[in-house]
Amino acid sequence: MKTSNLTLTSKVLLLMVGILFIGSLFVPLWRIELDAPQYPEGLTLQLHANKIGGDVDVINGLNHYIGMATLHTENFFEFTILPYIFSAFAFISLLLIFINKRKAIVIFLITYVVFIALSAIDFYRWNYEYGHNLDPHAAIIVPGMAYQPPLLGYKQLLNFGAYSIPDVGGWMLTGAGILLGLIVWIEYKSKKVAL
Amino acid sequence: MKNKFLQAILAIALTGAFFASCKPKTTGDAVSGDAASRVYVAPGKYDEFYNFVSGGFSGQMSIYGLPSGRMLKVIPIFSQDPESGWGFSEESKPMLNTSEGFIPWDDQHHLELSQTNGEVDGRWIFANANNTPRIARVDLKRFKTAEIIELPNSAGNHSSPFITENTEYVVAGTRFSVPGDYEDGDVPINTYKKNFKGHISFISVDKESGAMDIAFQLRLPGVNFDLSHSGKGKSHGWFFFTCYNSEQANTLLEVNASQNDKDFIMAVNWKKAEEYIKAGKGKMEKVRYAHNTWNDETHTGTSVIKEEVLVLDVESLKDVLYLMPCPKSPHGCDVDPTGEYIVGSGKLAALIPVFSFDKMIKAIEKKDFEGDYEGIPVLKYNSVLHGEVKKPGLGPLHTEFDGKGNAYTTMFVSSEVVKWDIKTLKVLDRAPTYYSVGHLMIPGGDSRKPFGKYLVAYNKITKDRYLPTGPELTQSAQLFDISGDKMQLLLDFPTIGEPHYAQAAPADLIRNNGQLKIYDIKKNMHPRVAKGEKETKVVREGNKVHVYMTMIRSHFSPDNIEGIKVGDEVYFHVTNLEQDWDVPHGFAIKNAPTAELLVMPGETATLYWKPTKPGIVPFYCTDFCSALHQEMQGYIRVSPKGSNVPISFSLGTNLPASAK
Repeated sequence: MKTSNLTLTSKVLLLMVGILFIGSLFVPLWRIELDAPQYPEGLTLQLHANKIGGDVDVINGLNHYIGMATLHTENFFEFTILPYIFSAFAFISLLLIFINKRKAIVIFLITYVVFIALSAIDFYRWNYEYGHNLDPHAAIIVPGMAYQPPLLGYKQLLNFGAYSIPDVGGWMLTGAGILLGLIVWIEYKSKKVAL
Repeated sequence: MKNKFLQAILAIALTGAFFASCKPKTTGDAVSGDAASRVYVAPGKYDEFYNFVSGGFSGQMSIYGLPSGRMLKVIPIFSQDPESGWGFSEESKPMLNTSEGFIPWDDQHHLELSQTNGEVDGRWIFANANNTPRIARVDLKRFKTAEIIELPNSAGNHSSPFITENTEYVVAGTRFSVPGDYEDGDVPINTYKKNFKGHISFISVDKESGAMDIAFQLRLPGVNFDLSHSGKGKSHGWFFFTCYNSEQANTLLEVNASQNDKDFIMAVNWKKAEEYIKAGKGKMEKVRYAHNTWNDETHTGTSVIKEEVLVLDVESLKDVLYLMPCPKSPHGCDVDPTGEYIVGSGKLAALIPVFSFDKMIKAIEKKDFEGDYEGIPVLKYNSVLHGEVKKPGLGPLHTEFDGKGNAYTTMFVSSEVVKWDIKTLKVLDRAPTYYSVGHLMIPGGDSRKPFGKYLVAYNKITKDRYLPTGPELTQSAQLFDISGDKMQLLLDFPTIGEPHYAQAAPADLIRNNGQLKIYDIKKNMHPRVAKGEKETKVVREGNKVHVYMTMIRSHFSPDNIEGIKVGDEVYFHVTNLEQDWDVPHGFAIKNAPTAELLVMPGETATLYWKPTKPGIVPFYCTDFCSALHQEMQGYIRVSPKGSNVPISFSLGTNLPASAK
């Protein structure tokens, strides 16, 4: 029984994971940076847990040339549920301290990884949707051209370079995942030592 | 024989060469070798200073970068500007209103940046109008004229808009003395001495908003007030004006106003004047003047005619005014950064007198007067004099300071800038200017904190300095490096209008003052704004038609308008829906007898148009806004008077054709 108790280090780390989840609610998770010759200062689209931020109005204005649908927070159901999911994750992280079982942490880590994978698929799906579903009457139509931003990394879309990367919140979520992995590693390593 | 002939030829040639070598050095020699690199600002890099230059008879102000001399912007102040629509749009017309109606031109001579504790603070710049006396305040967050106030009882508003060290007041003295507006002005001109008075206005400036108001005017004997500067530091509370025409001539002034050996620098104890005002010594006089203010949220100017001004008759008040004798029709009146030395530049004098503030105070305490002029005590010249700069050059006009104990004075007649030591009064250096320099400017050079790196001379004559452009030439400014012992000419650059005084401030001070990039459309309170295409409409009110129109890349909404009739008065209220920096849209209508509108993001502006004949009238965007700028256009159908074509408007959809 004693061997399955979490080390103090793991408990402190779980507390930090909880804080990271809470923190990610208040900062943007993801950013798509756009730059063009006319925009030396760059335009940024920021995805928060609950809204689209950054230069969304300016980007919407520009996108009408290629016939891309305009972006509005209320068109994405994700923004209504993500805050609850992250709050739940934070709550679970703190609960795990009291559950005090390493197996529970393994299950949570797997759940979280599955969530991340599903989110990536969802993000890709939206990117595809907006990048391909273009108004046939748009002013600028380049045959064969789609405007799907990259899932992660850089892509040139006409005169704009699009750079899709995690924002502060994204790095916090990444940190939370790494810490969870670290806890599992510590727990299983410490058990081996105990054996 | 032949030999002698050759010798003679040789002698003549040698003599000629000798005389040729005696000729003064030309500009080629005046520019040092590395001047180019010292004024070179690489593409994409910024200048060190903003230089605000008065536009003279253009009524505008232009802005240059220093040291490159690159022009950044021209701001219309007292003039109509077809480029921006200033003075043409319905919103901006009231800004050029006066008690005599719409006056869309003036002669803009002097500029003064607002100060806090005697240092340039980068918030506003004040501009004078010389012809129809007015003072303007330009907001440096928007680089736009924010306020214009007319000055009653004045004519030739020359000794302005100089300020006190915390911008408590902008001061404006009248060049021409005239009977006050509250008096009967229908008098014989040769009753100057009896009926003509000089009025000096003290315009208060609100610390937060910058809003101006004429706090009071001083009523003075009739002379010409030329230039002024406030005291600073220890002399804060005093204002100094040069006066000429103490002869009180009203004709052929070039002779009759040059008779007296000395005219005056008038010292005004304005704190004392404030006390008299508080004590109720002022008198409300009936006058009429316009006060025009721009509202940033309604994007509209409002003109209010005011009918009273507080006048303090100071001839009877012995401790507000003192006169210091100053040789030969003094022009420039400049106070050094410590506030101790007052430099008067007698246009016709062969020396520059420098007065001491401390000595002046002592002389006043000891009543060291040589007499009085029209009831005002005249201090003894030698009691108030710090000393004279001997043989500085010919025709001294204006002086600025580098903050390192040196003064720089322009010499109009001998066409040079002369550097001298304020304490020892020794001439240290002189540099020729091309040609006949008027004002000069050192960044912060009339404040308590000059930035003594550069000096710019603003010349009155250009002649051969640039590629010729027919009879009318550009004006010429010259940039000097004054960081070393010797002034070094670095650059000539052309300027618009006729520059008089100028100001400059470190680039960062102006860049980081909270400058706007766009107007927030959510805060747009224009009564006829359309904040989105859904709000656009065309409304007929009798023979007036109001078009609520929007612009966004790259279309107008609506862009097809019918039902306008000959004789209608049409108002296009055009809102730029963009919320992105540097995306203005222009709006122009064929045959409109006004100008275009250039509308900034988030702004609404109105163009008035009265169609004169039936037909199709196109309109389009004038500012190349996007790749589809040439598609940004629309049509108006004008029907004959009495036609029954109903008002209709659309964008992107063709309505059923209405009957002819």
